[in-house]
Amino acid sequence: METIVEKSLEDIFEEKIASEIRIEPKDWMPEKYRKTLVRQISQHAHSEIVGMLPEGNWITRAPSLKRKAILLAKVQDEAGHGLYLYSAAETLGTSRDQMFEDLLSGKAKYSSIFNYPTLSWADVGAIGWLVDGAAIMNQVPLCRTSYGPYARAMVRVCKEESFHQRQGFEIMMTLCNGSEEQKEMAQEAFNRWWWPTLMMFGPKDEESPNTEQSMRWKIKRFTNDELRQRFVDMMVPQAEFLGLTVPDKDLKWNEAKGGYDFGAIDWNEFWNVVKGNGPCNKDRLKARNKAQEEGAWVREAAMAYAEKAATREKKSA
Amino acid sequence: MMDHHTQPAHVLHELQFKTPLQEYSPEVRQLVFDYTLQLADTSLILSHRLAEWCGHGPILEQDMAMTNISLDLLGEARNLYQYAAELEGKGHTEDDLAYLRDAVAYKNPLLVEQPNGNFGDTVLRQFIFDTFHYFFLKELQNSTDHRLAAIAEKSLKEASYHIKWSSEWVIRLGDGTEESKKRMEAAIDELWTYSGELFEATPTEKALQELDIIPDYTSIKAEWDKHVAQVLQEATLALPQDQWMQSGGKYGRHSEHLGYILSDLQYLQRTYPGQKW
Repeated sequence: METIVEKSLEDIFEEKIASEIRIEPKDWMPEKYRKTLVRQISQHAHSEIVGMLPEGNWITRAPSLKRKAILLAKVQDEAGHGLYLYSAAETLGTSRDQMFEDLLSGKAKYSSIFNYPTLSWADVGAIGWLVDGAAIMNQVPLCRTSYGPYARAMVRVCKEESFHQRQGFEIMMTLCNGSEEQKEMAQEAFNRWWWPTLMMFGPKDEESPNTEQSMRWKIKRFTNDELRQRFVDMMVPQAEFLGLTVPDKDLKWNEAKGGYDFGAIDWNEFWNVVKGNGPCNKDRLKARNKAQEEGAWVREAAMAYAEKAATREKKSA
Repeated sequence: MMDHHTQPAHVLHELQFKTPLQEYSPEVRQLVFDYTLQLADTSLILSHRLAEWCGHGPILEQDMAMTNISLDLLGEARNLYQYAAELEGKGHTEDDLAYLRDAVAYKNPLLVEQPNGNFGDTVLRQFIFDTFHYFFLKELQNSTDHRLAAIAEKSLKEASYHIKWSSEWVIRLGDGTEESKKRMEAAIDELWTYSGELFEATPTEKALQELDIIPDYTSIKAEWDKHVAQVLQEATLALPQDQWMQSGGKYGRHSEHLGYILSDLQYLQRTYPGQKW
């Protein structure tokens, strides 16, 4: 009996997916769909929160008051994105506290790009231009993802990300139009960020175990390699416009495919950083754990006060 | 707790005061310039301190709230530096004034350069300042200096959120757990000594008060005393006894902390002089 009911629920789910009807929190969904989404959305939320650290590293040293204001607002936006995304994931039945715990223990992953250090001001430009550029490439299709709360969160996120990318490009442009030292700063940052940014799209399609199912469920709309190719095709002309050299001697236009061929990605580096051996993995987790531990008394006090206030209200009622 | 301060700030402060400069004698102009710079320094340094929290706050929503206050103060500082640069009339920009003056030229009171400490220290520093700032801006709106009045009017809207945020947190932490109360008591012990300087008028301030360009501090101090006493009482925290008040910041005699703030703040402008960013 049970299996028949299950089957028909699954049929309804599949029909919705097929006809592009959004899945909503109260709808029946396969456990694996739910799990895949919780993993993906919480990873995405964690990336926003951990992503505050490398750029936050330059807030106190931003070179002008205007840049300082823009950077502060940008990093704050990332906290906001984290909030929307944690809320979206919570609709699937996992609490923010639980997700936080998984991040802090190292169990949950976040985008490996944030395990690289920001060494110069140009890194703030490079992150905005390249990393946010790659994020937009990944995220615009997610505005049409099959799970409603995730898709709606992504609409808000994407609007702000495009502003982030513009400010990054503008920093790079200012540097590239500046002194020799500033141009060198821009090129040096570009050299360091280019390859890790290409890795942001995830492993090659043939090595991405979740892609096929996620495409079928319309969680993902394009494969990792498709998005990576689009990104390269979009960024190479921008780099040329800035007067920067793409750090890839194998990069060349391929007329037949109407896109660029590019050199081999160092997947050893990618997996090594995923495993926790990137230059900043330890520092990033340490910073998040420190904030959590040092904030414990604040959260306890806020809770205790809220309880007292509620009791007082009851008594006076 | 979802309020104004948990919303991301997208609207950045841009030049918005285009009113022409008032006619002042060179002496008065110098006074207004010095004072505007003092206000700008104060907002900038406190903004800088709050910005150090960004990404490290105890609760995501409060991380955002502190960044919001930081952004508001930075916007206020920019409006003030831009005005100061105009008054000075030497072709300097807001950035020249912020990035190319050394610690002794900075005129902020000592309170705002004090280190963040723990969240309770930051909340208390903010509470002392916000209460002053709020009642001060209310009066400054009536300044005979049109630009200062306009800047005050704009900043007052923001400051009314700031005072609400920090007052609520003083109450929450004071009347929260035993530990949070102890921490707030420690914060009061540490920071109260810097509250007096806010109301101590320098010769520049006295001269401007006589000209009705800035408000007298007596009534502001009375409002400050009243609000502070109310909040501390609700927070079940004891109102501190009269005590020695540190001062000197408004004269350029700072704590050792300011130099480190400026070496971060000014690093790129100092390392690569004269470049555009």
